[in-house]
Amino acid sequence: MGAQQREYRQRSRSVQSTKKITRAMELIAASRVVKARQRVAETTPYARAITRAASAVATHADVDHPLTTKREQPKRAGVLVITSDRGLAGAYAANVLKRSEQLRELVEDSGMEFVPYLTGRKAESYYNFRSRPYEDSWSGFSDSPTFDVAQEISERLIGEFTKGSDEGGVDEIHVVYTRFVNMVTQEVQVTRLLPLEVVEDAAPRTPENGFPLYEFEPDAAEVLDALLPRYITSRIWNALLQSAASELAARQRAMKSATDNAEELIKTYTRLANQARQAEITQEISEIVGGASALADAKK
Amino acid sequence: MSALQVELVAADRKVWAGEASMVSARSIDGDLGIMPGHTPVLAVLVEGEVGIHHGGSTEKVTIDGGFLSVDDDLVVIVADRVDASALSTPAGN
Repeated sequence: MGAQQREYRQRSRSVQSTKKITRAMELIAASRVVKARQRVAETTPYARAITRAASAVATHADVDHPLTTKREQPKRAGVLVITSDRGLAGAYAANVLKRSEQLRELVEDSGMEFVPYLTGRKAESYYNFRSRPYEDSWSGFSDSPTFDVAQEISERLIGEFTKGSDEGGVDEIHVVYTRFVNMVTQEVQVTRLLPLEVVEDAAPRTPENGFPLYEFEPDAAEVLDALLPRYITSRIWNALLQSAASELAARQRAMKSATDNAEELIKTYTRLANQARQAEITQEISEIVGGASALADAKK
Repeated sequence: MSALQVELVAADRKVWAGEASMVSARSIDGDLGIMPGHTPVLAVLVEGEVGIHHGGSTEKVTIDGGFLSVDDDLVVIVADRVDASALSTPAGN
């Protein structure tokens, strides 16, 4: 076998093994994304119940809570950036980081300090590589977050918020995450988490008076005290789960196009190898014919 | 007497939903019993047991704190973590 032909065959084999890997990753991501979407759906009852209760208290009782009060002159803005632990998911992590950089500019333009909180190893390495400081980070769970993690993050963030910027905390908290719209569309979202704006339920239950008159036990302020941190936790939990689903969907898509590319390459290399083989045969035939006719000429 | 519609919701799933004649839970102020026709209440629950009485039997689950809302015979119990090992009927009936 000629050298040229051997080289093409070797390359084709190497691409074939790459294709096997990307195909496997695609299938794994595809099966996990179903599970991740299911988890997002399963948390909806909890989020809905908390949102309803929180808006009931907020519309009902005239209570000012520290978590809902806007600071007069915010100095430090905390930003929770939710990325993935691993790459090979197309532009998933890059999109989130790009968006967080835009937010950073916005925050710094308005004269505030940008205080990053990171989740996912991709965000950590992005900050480490640029030797930029970050306040805190969590990682190792990006494609299947647990509720404990959400609770830990929310406790930390609420703690920082209640401290306020004068004591090294923050005055605002934003979240950058990826919202899962469907399998092909995932959008990077920026939302303000604190100070809280309780969004009222889209469908009012009793049109004439909005929410029924609640009795609060022990009292409205304390119910709010128990409710609002849970509301924050459920928002973070939801953001983590949506990001996980988005990451898996992005990985599936990236691996699908990698597999398609590999197939294309294999086809090209097979054609090139065939061409090389054909050229070799043609050359051999013309050598034989040439040799034979030389012999026949010599006999004459 | 009408029945209560009860939903028991944990952070990661809906644990139980169905009709009940009475719900008992432990709030900050003490034990709380809800029967049909109760006025709307939002109560903070502490760690403890929640009992849902329906059709002669009782579902008992342990929660780690949360809250309970009653509104027009719809009872929603929300907890971060629910130990549902003692449930006799599966989630969502």
